[in-house]
Amino acid sequence: MQILFMILAAIALSSGVLVVFQRHPLRSALYLILNFFAVAGMYLLAHAEFIAAVQIIVYAGAIMVLFLFVIMLLNLRQPEEEAKPPHILQKISGITLAVFVALLLIYGFTQAKLPAPGKEAAAGLGNTEAIARALFTDYLLPFEVTSVLLLVAIVGAVVLAKQKLK
Amino acid sequence: MVVPLEYYLGVSVALFSLGVIGVLVRRNVLVILMCVEMMLNAVNLAFIGFADYFKAVDGQMFVFFVMTVAAAEVAVGLALVVAIFRNRATVYVDDLNLLKW
Repeated sequence: MQILFMILAAIALSSGVLVVFQRHPLRSALYLILNFFAVAGMYLLAHAEFIAAVQIIVYAGAIMVLFLFVIMLLNLRQPEEEAKPPHILQKISGITLAVFVALLLIYGFTQAKLPAPGKEAAAGLGNTEAIARALFTDYLLPFEVTSVLLLVAIVGAVVLAKQKLK
Repeated sequence: MVVPLEYYLGVSVALFSLGVIGVLVRRNVLVILMCVEMMLNAVNLAFIGFADYFKAVDGQMFVFFVMTVAAAEVAVGLALVVAIFRNRATVYVDDLNLLKW
């Protein structure tokens, strides 16, 4: 199981590096889909089957299709002739900042005193059932607010992308 | 047998830092949006790792809500990109300096 996790982590990290350092946004998007699939595999290893399925359907399915659609809609033919390549100082400072963020996170995680791990959940209740039960009892209000958020996003996207506002 | 929490946190930190690098270094606004997605995904991974560690379903609930917000963010963000491209014919953040003081 740990070996499987290592393989998935290697796939996720290498595809993540390729997302960042590919020239063409289309290739970045395709590697990001691979990244999402690897992360979905890690969710499966963490006994989160429902979230893994939602990850593939929503992220790899819906969101990345939207990305690819927009990339092809804008039809960026010449990705090679970027107007100005990023200044070398900007690259260095960006990577330094990211490394600093990583060190800060690692420091925080190592300093944190975690409570003892939880007991094994009661048997007979699958992952999806447990999520459904929590979603419609403890998290009912956030769940309903989520639908309003999605409605607002739909309306906002349509208004923004419309040809001309009257 | 089970995967320890540290592995999840390590991969999460690495993915998040990669996303930070992408946001800071890349100029294409589409790639920047993708890197933001990758950072959200890294946080989701940490949530799932903790949910597995505590054997609680609440972490998975948060991932569910983060995914919803990510979907909304991508819809609005890409609509903004299309609108900007229609007006300025560019997707490079260098050329979008209208609000730069």
